[in-house]
Amino acid sequence: MPEYETHEFDVVVVGAGGAGLRAAIEASAQGARTALVCKSLLGKAHTVMAEGGIAAALGNVYPEDDWRVHFRDTMRGGKLMNSWRMAQVHAQDAPDRVLELEEWGALFDRTPDGRILQRDFGGHRYARLAHVGDRTGLEMIRTLQHRAVSLGMDVFMECTVTRLLTDAAGRVAGAFAYWRESGRFVVFRAGAVILATGGIGKAWKVTSNSWEYTGDGHALALWAGADLVDMEFVQFHPTGMVWPPSVRGILVTEGVRGDGGVLRNAEGRRFMFDYVPEMFRAETADSEEEADRWYTDKKGARRTPDLLPRDEVARAINSEIKEGRGSPHGGVFLDIATRRDAEYIKRRLPSMYHQFKQLADVDITAEPMEVGPTCHYVMGGVKVDPDSQAATIPGLFAAGEAAGGMHGANRLGGNSLSDLLVFGQRAGRYAARHAAGLEGRPAVDPGQVDAAAAEALAPFERDSGENPFTIHHELQECMQDLVGIIRTEAELESALERIAVLRDRAARVGVGGNRQYNPGWHTALDLRSLLTVSEAVALAALERTESRGAHTRDDHPRPDPELAKVRMVVHPADGELKIAREPLAELPEDLRPLFEEGS
Amino acid sequence: MAGPREVTLRVWRGDAAGGELRDYQVPVEEGEVVLDALHRLQATQANDLAIRWNCKAGKCGSCSAEVNGRPRLTCMTRLNLFGPGEPVTVTPLRAFPVIRDLVTDVSFNYEVAKRVPAFRPGPREADGTYRMHQQDVDRVQEFHKCIECFLCQDVCHVIRDHEENKQRFAGPRLFIRYAELEMHPLDTGDRREPVRAQAGVGMCNITKCCTEVCPEGIRITDNAIIPLKERVVDARYDPIARFIGWAGGRRRRDRGPAAP
Repeated sequence: MPEYETHEFDVVVVGAGGAGLRAAIEASAQGARTALVCKSLLGKAHTVMAEGGIAAALGNVYPEDDWRVHFRDTMRGGKLMNSWRMAQVHAQDAPDRVLELEEWGALFDRTPDGRILQRDFGGHRYARLAHVGDRTGLEMIRTLQHRAVSLGMDVFMECTVTRLLTDAAGRVAGAFAYWRESGRFVVFRAGAVILATGGIGKAWKVTSNSWEYTGDGHALALWAGADLVDMEFVQFHPTGMVWPPSVRGILVTEGVRGDGGVLRNAEGRRFMFDYVPEMFRAETADSEEEADRWYTDKKGARRTPDLLPRDEVARAINSEIKEGRGSPHGGVFLDIATRRDAEYIKRRLPSMYHQFKQLADVDITAEPMEVGPTCHYVMGGVKVDPDSQAATIPGLFAAGEAAGGMHGANRLGGNSLSDLLVFGQRAGRYAARHAAGLEGRPAVDPGQVDAAAAEALAPFERDSGENPFTIHHELQECMQDLVGIIRTEAELESALERIAVLRDRAARVGVGGNRQYNPGWHTALDLRSLLTVSEAVALAALERTESRGAHTRDDHPRPDPELAKVRMVVHPADGELKIAREPLAELPEDLRPLFEEGS
Repeated sequence: MAGPREVTLRVWRGDAAGGELRDYQVPVEEGEVVLDALHRLQATQANDLAIRWNCKAGKCGSCSAEVNGRPRLTCMTRLNLFGPGEPVTVTPLRAFPVIRDLVTDVSFNYEVAKRVPAFRPGPREADGTYRMHQQDVDRVQEFHKCIECFLCQDVCHVIRDHEENKQRFAGPRLFIRYAELEMHPLDTGDRREPVRAQAGVGMCNITKCCTEVCPEGIRITDNAIIPLKERVVDARYDPIARFIGWAGGRRRRDRGPAAP
C-alpha cells in the first residue's frame, strides 16, 4: 500500500459540534489519546447556529420542575416513539451537564437572584431552557472549544472522513480521511470511533442547516455495516425565513414565540387555536385571553397553542398556506412587534433583529416576520445502546444528531443542545473504556485503505463528467418535492426511483482542477452520503404507513396503533439498504404513571 | 421590483505561488448577498473556486473576505450595496497566507489561542450553584458574541502587513478573549503578564479599525483593549495606556474581587 499520513489514537471523534467536542473532552479526561476530526475550522460547526437554549430541569424558575416532568414532556413530544431509556438518561443528566458548562466559563442569562435563567419553549411544561439571548449555541460551542483546547487534544481541522475502516472481524479499526486544504489522505488507526457528524438537512432545498449537514455519520455507519433507526422522522421547523429567496430556510428561533410572539394568517387570525390536537387539548389555552395570561401566570392559565410541539405547528402553517391564507411570499406571519416593546425585543432576540434587518429589510420591532417550515433536524440516526451510545458494530459509537432514538417521532426545541452534552459525554466515556479494554488495536486492512483512496480520486479521472453541484441541486428538489412534510406512497416510490438515477449519475461525476481546496471535488464526495441517507429516509417513510409526529402520510392520515409498537431499522445487507421492523422497548412499570394523569 | 440582473464579480484566483483577479458575469436575484453570487459562480462556471463558508446566516464567521477592499462576511453583504454595473471585487483576507482563491490559512489565530491561560473558576456556593448578577454578566457577554470571523485580525495594522509581528502580537480577537477572562465574574486567574508579554497588548495603538469591522458590533478597543492596557499599566510602562489613564482621570483601575 502507498505511504499515507497515519495517526494512532485510542479514540477518534468525527465531528466537532457540541456532541463531538463534549465526547472528545470526556474521552480525553478518561485518559484516552483522543483525536477530534472535523470538516470545518474548529468552532464553526452547526451547533453555533442553535439559538433558543439548552433544556434541563434545573428548577430555577419553577421549582416544581424535575427530570420526571422533563422526561414526560420529551416522550409526549416524541409521540412515545422515543427510546424511553435515552429520554430518561437525558432528563436525568442534563442539569449536571449545564452546570458543568458554567464551570468551564459559559455565561448564561441570570434570574434576579443570580442563578441560571430559564425560558419557555414549545412542548416544555415549565420554563426550562438555559440560554444566552438568542445565541446559546455559540456560547456552548465556544465554551467547549476553549475547554478542549486547554486539555491539549489533537484537532484535525478541515479534514473529512470518507470511510470507516474495519478489521477482519468487522470491528472498527479506524477511519480514512482527506485534508481539505491539500487533498492529501490521512489514515487514522483507532480502538474506537465516535460519530458526531450532525444531520442530513442538505438533502433538502429549504433547510436551516449548514453545508456540513450531508449525513456523513449516518452513511459512514451504514457503509461499515451498522444500523440506523427512525429515519422517517425528519423535523421541519415551523419558522424559517421565506423572503428574500436568498435566505429562504434560515431559522427563526422558537424563542420568538417563547418570548410572546404569535402566529397569524393573512386575515390576522391566530390560527393555532384551530389546530390543537386531542393529546395536548387539556393543557393548551382555548382563548387568546388565557394564552396571553399564561406568559406571566403559569399556574392560573394554560399555554398558548403557538408553543405546541414543532410537528404540530409546522403542519398547521402548511395547511394555512395551502388553503390560501398565507402571507405574500408563501409563509404566514410571526408577530412580536405588536406584542412586546422594541427594547425588550432587541434585548431578548438580538440576532433575530439583526438577521431580519440586514437580510430582509424587515424591522421586527415594527412589522411582522414572514415565516414557513424549513428542514431542520433528523430524529433518526445510528442505532445505539441507550446507556453507552455503542452502535451495532464493535468499536463504533454515535452521539448527538447522528444518533437515533432519543427524540422519537419529534424533537422538542431545546432538547438538542442537552442531547449533545448528555450523550456526547456518555459516548466519550464508553468509547474510552472500550478502547482501553481492547487487547491490541484492531488491524487496519490495507485493501480497504487503497479502495477508499481509489474511490476518493475517481472523480478526477472523469473531468468531463457530470457537474456535482447540479446533481446535488436535483437531489434537493427531489427530496423537497417528494419526501417533504406531507408524503404519499406514490411520491416516495418516485423519489426512490429518482435517487437511483441520481446515484448512477453521481458515479459519473467529474471534477476539474487539482486536489487543493477544491469544493467541486468535496461536493462530489459528499454526494455519496447525501444519496445514501436520502434513500434511507425514503425507505423508512414508505414503510411507516401512518401519520405520527413529524411523519405525515396523506394516504394514511391516521396513526396506526400497531405501528406505535415498532421502530423502523435501516440495515445494510449485500450492498443494499433493507428495512426491518423492530419492537419498541416498553416503558417500565415505574414510569407509566407519568403518562396516566389524564393530561 | 427589480427582476433578475447580472453582476460582474472580480474574484482573486490563485494560490500561494501567485494569482490574479478574474472577471465573471453572474446572474443574481433580488435580495442576494455576495456569497450567493459566489456560490452561483462556483456551481455554474468554476466548480473548483475555493470558498470557506458554513452557516450563511452571519453566525459562524467562516466566509470572511475583502469585498471592494473592506473586510466583510460575504454572507451578510447584500449586493444592493453596490451600484448597478459596478464590479464587486472579492479578494482573500490579506493578513493571512493564501491557500487557494478566497481561502486563507488562519491557523495563526488558533495557535495564539492555545497560549491563553485557561478559565479558573472559584468554588461553587453551598447549594452547588454559581451566583452571578445579570449586570456583571452583561459586559462579558458582549465579548462572548465574537464569532471568530477574524476580520479584526485582518484589518489590524500591527499584523496586516507585518508578518514578523505575529510572533509577539496576538491581535484584537485574542484581546477580547483575554478581556472576557479578566472580567469574568467567576475567574480567579491573573493574566496581566501574559497579555503584556505574550499577547503584546502594548503594541496596539488604538486606531479602532478592529471595532469598525466587527460584524457583531463588539466595542473591541473601548471595552476590551483599553481596559486591558489599563490593567497592565500598573506594573509596566505603556505610553498610550499611561496617557489614557491620565486623561481618564479617576477611572477605576483596581481588579476588584472575583465575585460579589
